[in-house]
Amino acid sequence: MKILVTAKRVTDPDSKIQLKPDRSGINLDNVDFKMNPFCEIAVEEALRLIDAAGDGETIAVAVGDSDATKEIRTAMAMGCDRGILVEADETQLDSDAVARVLAAICAKEKPDLVLLGKQAIDGDSNQVGQLLAEYLGWPQATFAYKISLNGTSGATVQREVDGGVETVSLTFPAVITTDLRLNEPRYASLPGIMKAKKKPLEETTAADLGVDLALKVESVGFEPPPARQAGVKVKTVDELIEKLAGEAKVI
Amino acid sequence: MHAKDDVARAFEQTCRRFTREQIEPFAAEWEEAELFPRTLYARAAEAGILAAGFPEDLGGTGKSTLLPLLALEQMIWGGSTGVVAGVSSHGIALPPIVNLGDDAQKQRWVPPVLRGEQIAALAITEPGTGSDVAGIRTRAVRDGDTYVINGAKMFITSGCRADFVTVLTRTGADAHGGLTFFVVERGTPGFTVSRSLKKTGWRASDTAELSFADVRVPVSHRIGDEGSGFIALMQNFQNERLALAFMGHATAEVALHDALAYARERQAFGKPIGKFQTIRHTLADMATKVQAARALNYQTALRCERGDVDVSHVSMAKNFAARVANEVCYDAVQILGGMGYMRESRVERLSRDARLLPIGGGTTEIMNELIARWGLGL
Repeated sequence: MKILVTAKRVTDPDSKIQLKPDRSGINLDNVDFKMNPFCEIAVEEALRLIDAAGDGETIAVAVGDSDATKEIRTAMAMGCDRGILVEADETQLDSDAVARVLAAICAKEKPDLVLLGKQAIDGDSNQVGQLLAEYLGWPQATFAYKISLNGTSGATVQREVDGGVETVSLTFPAVITTDLRLNEPRYASLPGIMKAKKKPLEETTAADLGVDLALKVESVGFEPPPARQAGVKVKTVDELIEKLAGEAKVI
Repeated sequence: MHAKDDVARAFEQTCRRFTREQIEPFAAEWEEAELFPRTLYARAAEAGILAAGFPEDLGGTGKSTLLPLLALEQMIWGGSTGVVAGVSSHGIALPPIVNLGDDAQKQRWVPPVLRGEQIAALAITEPGTGSDVAGIRTRAVRDGDTYVINGAKMFITSGCRADFVTVLTRTGADAHGGLTFFVVERGTPGFTVSRSLKKTGWRASDTAELSFADVRVPVSHRIGDEGSGFIALMQNFQNERLALAFMGHATAEVALHDALAYARERQAFGKPIGKFQTIRHTLADMATKVQAARALNYQTALRCERGDVDVSHVSMAKNFAARVANEVCYDAVQILGGMGYMRESRVERLSRDARLLPIGGGTTEIMNELIARWGLGL
């Protein structure tokens, strides 16, 4: 079995984000980066599915500038067999462009399964998996919180949906996006990091893949969230009710 | 910043995640309980932290000075030096076995520790002997195919629950030439923990006084030839002192971080206290000291990595970082005021933890003796 898994480079959610002075984007100087946490879950799941299948290959893919090789190496340190970087200017990508790049890689690599994070924690778009499945004409299951293989021909996926769990069965090749509770990703351990140095990492470009990166969505501007107002302390429950009814008008 | 390669940077990220997930949320609880769970060793092994720097044929990641130091540096951010010291007690307990032991000994004792299955401790200091190692009185006497060990060891990190202890004993009359290492496993008749010691800081690490009363071990537990202990110990000290030096600048860095955050938030007389000259200049001095200690430590570690181990340089790094840690922690507590004196604040804990740094692994005074003798030729 062959699984393609994404390893997107994102700003570390624990670092403080600041906008550029002209508000055209995020100031990326002095910001830490790491793999998108939902992608880490996808990598972990890919490794577990290959273990369960008993045999196979996992390929970690990222679309971005050359720094994104670090996240591919992290995925390989966790256990992926090889990596592919599609070099592109990260500030000039939308979900559709990434989906088309991944579709081109799928046409070449012919994986049985593509695993992606349900969204990246920077853009929060939640579109790439869905668009990719559409372009490939493959079945998809999004927001997976449990995946079990049906031999090597398909998988049963439990999806988190509002108010419960939906169970779907799909045949390979397929696209699955991972939700938070699917698994707890392993460490990129030091021995793994050292092994990853020697694993093959192929670098290519959208042009090489024959993909046009023309944007369908353009970022027009960024605004920070409004500063939070200071809270007030109330002395009695009566006062609280009065404020909720009178000032906040929520009851 | 310090010529770290991609492996080092990736490992730092792993250590940061380990610290955030496995130490930081529990540090306060473990400090109060004066112990951390044994399972932490297994988690540290999963991240490759225990294997860092040990030979590959023993389950390590290959010889390295810097990698285990990077792990220590990151783990200090968890806010409990005791946890860091406990988790890494193998860093001083295993090298004598790795450097002097035969293959059977190495295979028996090293890999299970690097897998996080066993805990190892090093036992040098005695109730009556600390810095003056030549005064060691714990004695091992040969009796046929065995040795009989008698004596006591003091202030042993991880001593209460170690599965085995690497013990320095006297096997001959010569002050330095008569010292030999042995491995004594838990459960060996006569080998007991006399008491668990209560400390100012490093509270989450267990610290023991150990007793050896007619402890009989086979000759196969002797590490190296008789008399080989002193040189091995001197080599070991360089690693231990570098480790303490790194803990020092990292401790100062964390204290600076917390003091800075507090100075930005805390208001007095209508503005953040960080806007008052006395506080901002104190913070500027603290930042300078952190920078200087870190630079000296990295320079020294990278020299050691290249095989250029200079006893006086290592001693200088240890002394300087230990002093910086204490000075910066003192100032951080002062900036946090009442909050800095509360056990819930990280700087309170670190200020107590830092006090050990000029004492453990060779006191400031002994370091200065080494610097004077080997560095200055006095």
